[in-house]
Amino acid sequence: MTMESAVAEPTSATREPVLSLRGVSKGFGAVRALTDIDLDIYPGEVVAIVGDNGAGKSTLVKILAGVHPQDSGTIKFDGQIVNIPTPTASRALGIATVFQDLALCDNLDVVSNLFLGREIVHGVALDEEEMEQRSWSLLRQLSAKIPSVRIAVASLSGGQRQTVAIARSLIGEPSVVILDEPTAALGVAQTAEVLNLVERLRERGLGVLLISHNMADVQAVADRVAVLRLGRNNGDFHVADVSYEEIISAITGATDNVVTRRASAHAVDAAADNAATTAAAEALAAPSAGAVSEPLPNNAIGIDDETEETR
Amino acid sequence: MTTTPTETPAERAADLQDERLVRTEGVRGAVLAFRQRVRGGDLGSLPVVIGLIVICAIFQILNPNFLSANNLVNLTLQCAAVGTISIGIVLVLLLGQIDLSVGSVSGLAAAILGVGLTQQNWPVAIAIIVALVVGAAIGYLYGLLFTRFGVPSFVITLAGLLAFLGLQLKILGPTGSINLPYDSWIVQFATSAFLPPWAAYALAFIAAAALFFGDVRRASRRRKAGLSTGALSVTLIKAILLLIVLVAAVAYLATDRGLGATFLLFVLLVIIMNFFLTRTRWGRSVFAVGGSVEAARRAGIKVNRIYITVFILCSSFAALGGLLASARLTSASLSSGGGDTNLNAIAAAVIGGTSLFGGRGSAYSALLGILVIQSISSGLTLLNLDSSIRYMITGAVLLLAVIIDSLSRRSRASHGQA
Ligand SMILES: Nc1ncnc2c1ncn2[C@@H]1O[C@H](COP(=O)(O)OP(=O)(O)O)[C@@H](O)[C@H]1O
Ligand SMILES: [Mg+2]
Repeated sequence: MTMESAVAEPTSATREPVLSLRGVSKGFGAVRALTDIDLDIYPGEVVAIVGDNGAGKSTLVKILAGVHPQDSGTIKFDGQIVNIPTPTASRALGIATVFQDLALCDNLDVVSNLFLGREIVHGVALDEEEMEQRSWSLLRQLSAKIPSVRIAVASLSGGQRQTVAIARSLIGEPSVVILDEPTAALGVAQTAEVLNLVERLRERGLGVLLISHNMADVQAVADRVAVLRLGRNNGDFHVADVSYEEIISAITGATDNVVTRRASAHAVDAAADNAATTAAAEALAAPSAGAVSEPLPNNAIGIDDETEETR
Repeated sequence: MTTTPTETPAERAADLQDERLVRTEGVRGAVLAFRQRVRGGDLGSLPVVIGLIVICAIFQILNPNFLSANNLVNLTLQCAAVGTISIGIVLVLLLGQIDLSVGSVSGLAAAILGVGLTQQNWPVAIAIIVALVVGAAIGYLYGLLFTRFGVPSFVITLAGLLAFLGLQLKILGPTGSINLPYDSWIVQFATSAFLPPWAAYALAFIAAAALFFGDVRRASRRRKAGLSTGALSVTLIKAILLLIVLVAAVAYLATDRGLGATFLLFVLLVIIMNFFLTRTRWGRSVFAVGGSVEAARRAGIKVNRIYITVFILCSSFAALGGLLASARLTSASLSSGGGDTNLNAIAAAVIGGTSLFGGRGSAYSALLGILVIQSISSGLTLLNLDSSIRYMITGAVLLLAVIIDSLSRRSRASHGQA
């Protein structure tokens, strides 16, 4: 482990992408969930993936996490074409995925959770001291606010649990970290904590793939935004030079749509002619109201992620 | 970070740097921390230790023979067999599973020993090995059925209860009862092997020294890793208390026959299992699977392997317990492993503090739980009360233990530690 070499050199634009997808497609029976997806992730870069419900974000995460392989297209990792048939293969490559439900063992303490499945042993016995020390140095590097690593994870707050889950993904020294809706269940302060954490991952030189429904989060931490729409690429923007409206129109697929009309007219009483589209778009449109209108899309994601994962 | 003027964060141990941590040191700190843990619903073995003391006090008042050395020696001997079975139950309970067939499997092992020694003229060691291998094979079968078909362990082992009871009857044949040769070493071991007092005292010293030096070594490793260490005084007091208790117990038992070999074997097995559960990757995985199967699987733990090894261990402990029981009674019969063996083994694990909900417990619950159950049984026998009352009282104690388990779970939830 080289956790100590935390701060990486600034990313140069000429560097090779650590993860590179070309023409990736995936179908489920008659449904084309993903079609010809291209995506690059560079070291030290946060890429946000946004898109409406059913756009294929979770499917993309699952392909990279090895939950199910793509039907066609290539994935390059560090310039090499790779197969990711299983979650173990994904981890072995250096891709760490933090699923939305975190998958922590509530009855175990923080150290046990951090090192679960890759405990450090000293002969046959666990090397608790080494693991505890490494836990502390890792949590310090992330400036994580966890008072004790010897308390059960169940007694931590939502943000602290998310922190533990993210810290755990770093134990295997990945080069890419995928976060699926890391702030969906969190309050304002805890969300800020996790966003800080995402920035710290970037400082460490990791490539970060951030799935989010919350445009405020995306604009706060992402360097680039990749938009998916109906399973296809629909725009790849640098956050610095794209407006909120442009992202929204890429998500919904039109420059003139319910969301932009609402925004430009400042109309509070926009006609609810298409209830379904409006509701979905609003969830993305109103960052401040995000927390309120989020549960519906998040639940949808949470459910499909879980059913997939239990296989 | 606010720090006291005398120490900078760097000087402070890595695990004590958070300003929110309430720091108390030395003996007082240890007592305070313990009290806080109990209030938070982390009862550990406290209820059962208190229960044991209360039970002993009541029976001693009702019949002054209860705490006599003779009765206590008998009590320890009675604990060994079912206690050994109960170690296996602790393991399956930690996974949130159950094995209802341990009684039948122990009876089957007894039948194999009896038939092997008398009708087949096997050497004792071979008979023991065959019985243990059969036990392990049964556990392997359970593990396969559970992991392949996802049948609840409750149902699999209920089927096993019947099936292996049938096999036991079949092996015993028409007579239904076999007397073990009294001079075989396993019978001698179970009925009349006692540790000479000097050896028992030596063991007491070794145990206390192991506790002390284990703690000292851990403290020095922690210090080297830049972590906080407990006070040396606490370590010393713990070791001395243990020494006093053990020496007193040994001295008292020595006024009668002394420390029984089977009881010692049982306690050693508990200590070994405790080591495996708390200090190895396998043990950590058992707790993880018991806490959340899905989380364990995603962490890369081979969940099926954990289930299978635990079922194998449980049935093997059941077989070993059956061997000890039949050797002590010098017979293998239709009633071996029958009656209340099953329920006592399960009740002991739960009464000892292992949660029925999985993920919480300790190998020591087998020891504490069986002590409670046998104390009740022995006390009621001394009072000339028959098994009807014994069953009812044991049932009530089991219910109490389950209620404590559920309540402490709820208390953990309300203290945010579910
Ligand atoms: N396991 C599956 N079986 C069948 N269809 C699926 C499966 N997973 C996803 N889909 C379909 O693929 C499309 C994309 O889904 P998903 O990736 O979950 O979208 P998002 O996460 O962007 O909301 C949806 O139409 C969904 O119904
Ligand atoms: Mg989804």
